Amino acid sequence: MKRLLLAGALLAGALHAAPVVPASDASVVETLPARADPLARELKALRAQAQAQPQRLDLALSLARRYVDSTRRLADPRYLGYAESVLAPWLAQPQAPLDARVMQAIILQSTHRFDAAIAELQHVLARNSAHAQAWLTLASVHQVRGEFEPARAACRHLAPLLDPGVAGECLAGIAAQTGQGDAAYRLLALRQAEAPDWSRGWLTVQLAELAQRLGRPAEARRWFERAMENGPPDSYLKAAYADFLLDQHDAAAVIALLAGDTRADPLLLRLAEAEAASGAPAAAEHIAALNARFAAARERGDVTHRREEARFRLRLKHNAPAALQLALDNWQVQREPADARIVLEAALAARQPQRAGPVLDWLRATRLEDIALRPLAAQLTRS
Amino acid sequence: MPAFLDRLLSALRTPRADGSGFGPIPDAARRTATTPARPGWLAGCVLLLLLAAPAQAHKASDSYLMLAAHGEQVTGHWDIALRDLDEAIGLDADQDGQLTWGEVKARHGAIAAYALTRLGIEGGGRPCRLDGGQQTLERHTDGVYTSLPLTATCPAGTASLRLDYRLLFDLDRLHRGLARVSHDGSTESLVFSPEQPRQSVTERGSWQTAVEFARQGVIHIWTGYDHILFLLSLLLPAVLVWRDGGWQASAGWRPGVADTARVVTSFTLAHSITLSLAALGVVSLESRWVESTIAASVVLAAINNLYPVIRGRRWAVAFGFGLIHGFGFASVLAELALPRAQLVTALVSFNLGVELGQLAIVAAFLPLAYALRGSWLYRRLTVSAGSIAIIVLAGNWFVQRAFNLPGL
Repeated sequence: MKRLLLAGALLAGALHAAPVVPASDASVVETLPARADPLARELKALRAQAQAQPQRLDLALSLARRYVDSTRRLADPRYLGYAESVLAPWLAQPQAPLDARVMQAIILQSTHRFDAAIAELQHVLARNSAHAQAWLTLASVHQVRGEFEPARAACRHLAPLLDPGVAGECLAGIAAQTGQGDAAYRLLALRQAEAPDWSRGWLTVQLAELAQRLGRPAEARRWFERAMENGPPDSYLKAAYADFLLDQHDAAAVIALLAGDTRADPLLLRLAEAEAASGAPAAAEHIAALNARFAAARERGDVTHRREEARFRLRLKHNAPAALQLALDNWQVQREPADARIVLEAALAARQPQRAGPVLDWLRATRLEDIALRPLAAQLTRS
Repeated sequence: MPAFLDRLLSALRTPRADGSGFGPIPDAARRTATTPARPGWLAGCVLLLLLAAPAQAHKASDSYLMLAAHGEQVTGHWDIALRDLDEAIGLDADQDGQLTWGEVKARHGAIAAYALTRLGIEGGGRPCRLDGGQQTLERHTDGVYTSLPLTATCPAGTASLRLDYRLLFDLDRLHRGLARVSHDGSTESLVFSPEQPRQSVTERGSWQTAVEFARQGVIHIWTGYDHILFLLSLLLPAVLVWRDGGWQASAGWRPGVADTARVVTSFTLAHSITLSLAALGVVSLESRWVESTIAASVVLAAINNLYPVIRGRRWAVAFGFGLIHGFGFASVLAELALPRAQLVTALVSFNLGVELGQLAIVAAFLPLAYALRGSWLYRRLTVSAGSIAIIVLAGNWFVQRAFNLPGL
């Protein structure tokens, strides 16, 4: 009965639309990525250029690259589809250019098609084992999946291909998740200090998150604040910062940070959590919006957002069993600290500690350090 | 280093954009940037490329295609996001990012031409003629869509339809066409993608409808624990008689079977009546009230096992509360989009499915209960402790449903 009802609700959610009746011809009915926005203008110009010279791989690659970058900055997945379309004619060739395949792997990774991404990269590396970008992307896919040994191996392949520091930092990222958090933190902090302006932002976020996991909230806050000063923050930074603030029970700061960010689902989720925690009236409306959006995503067969949906079911809909199932499904695909955390939280809330077993085993095996996971794991082990 | 990275960067050496990458290793990129010879180039490209984007893909582009087939015509509407249309054919005449109703209306002709050439419908193996109507606006979760009314005229009929969907795939490989195609009430959902741009839908025959609804009936009784518990609560004492203030094993198998038959038949009869009435729209009750009463019926049936008020006439209880359970079944049926032409088939098969599922439960329960009826295990543990457990469980449901509380 539950399942049937759920299916019904989902259909209703995604397919049910509300009519819009504009008052006059001058009524604004939709806001588009503005032409005045330099990014939108740049993308438009690049696309025109690439379309005018379809034989030029470099133009296609740079356009795809900019689309991928835009998705990350704006949490807008449409650009990923555009990027894939730009590459499609190149990938259809019998001997697809390796660089196009690497770019395709990056898109596949972004949409959680990890197996396909790895296959694509392995194909490239079999033909050119000196393709540094392919090794880097391979390392990152394996890391997201919690496959640290192959991730390390991929990092090591970088050493002869790039500045040796690159391989070192690649390895530090993995060390930070495998029981050497302190050492990784010190190394990355040193690097951050000497990083050029334009590259410091990302490293600062890394450090902020690592400090948070290592239980140093004051330092984490400093890194986050520094990252926020480094130009307009993108959606990843905002989400990470909001998560930190939520853990510090600073809902007011989250609401101030994300007040205008209702279009990006991950940010809306954090905003709604903060609103629910502080009893803000907007919470109900935002929870309903998220519900409809998750239903719409499911309608199209999209499963990339299961971690977030699990969090939504657990923290905002208080449906621990459903959250646990989503969290476990997600765990089959993705194994970052946040993926482990949602499984543990949901298993505790659902009073099904045995189902968190695989995650607890994994945490013990990797020796992942995370201050947020420790009490959860202890509680689950007791019960 | 792949040469493309070099070229790439030379076109895009905008420091700020590069700095905003994330991923487990983007650092790597950064370090190379300090290589003296070419500051920045590798940095940028690697960074960007590396970033294990934290998987924030959420609502990508979809269109919603709702079609209904009758005789030689398919009618419906097609909702396409204004944002996608702007990307494809340009809607924002003054390029200010604010799309007005006037700007959209001015492009209605172009939108219809663009969309209608990217959808093909065949009925009975022959192409249908596709016409668009006057567009309106609809709001979906990620923005405002134009809603284009469609009429397809299919000279060879619409019993089997083949759809060829090509909208936006050239621009956005992650675009999906979400279609619901109904043949007189029986609805099928399809998802069109670049990998699956052509799909067929065939009208469901009555036999398929019957099988499908019977299957749903079985699933519902087996997964609707409240119905099962109600039935079991009534059946627990079927193999016993109340004597001297306690349950004793009944003499032979006849009374148990007769009692079971009476209870099951009354329950079936009652819920068939209300299920039919509700499905036909004759009676409708508020679902919260129905669901709470169902939970209460389970509690009362279990209490009656501990303190038997009604002994011989449990069939009457089964009938009375069975009426309410029928409304519960009806709410499920409503979710299944009852076909209009095959309404009776669907209703009867769903009911049959419920009965079959019920009989299977009884068939598993009765022999076991009969064999164990003389034992302490059955009389004390199963009947008493079982009934108490049912009271606690169903009481919890009652609280949740009646007062909308999270439960214990």
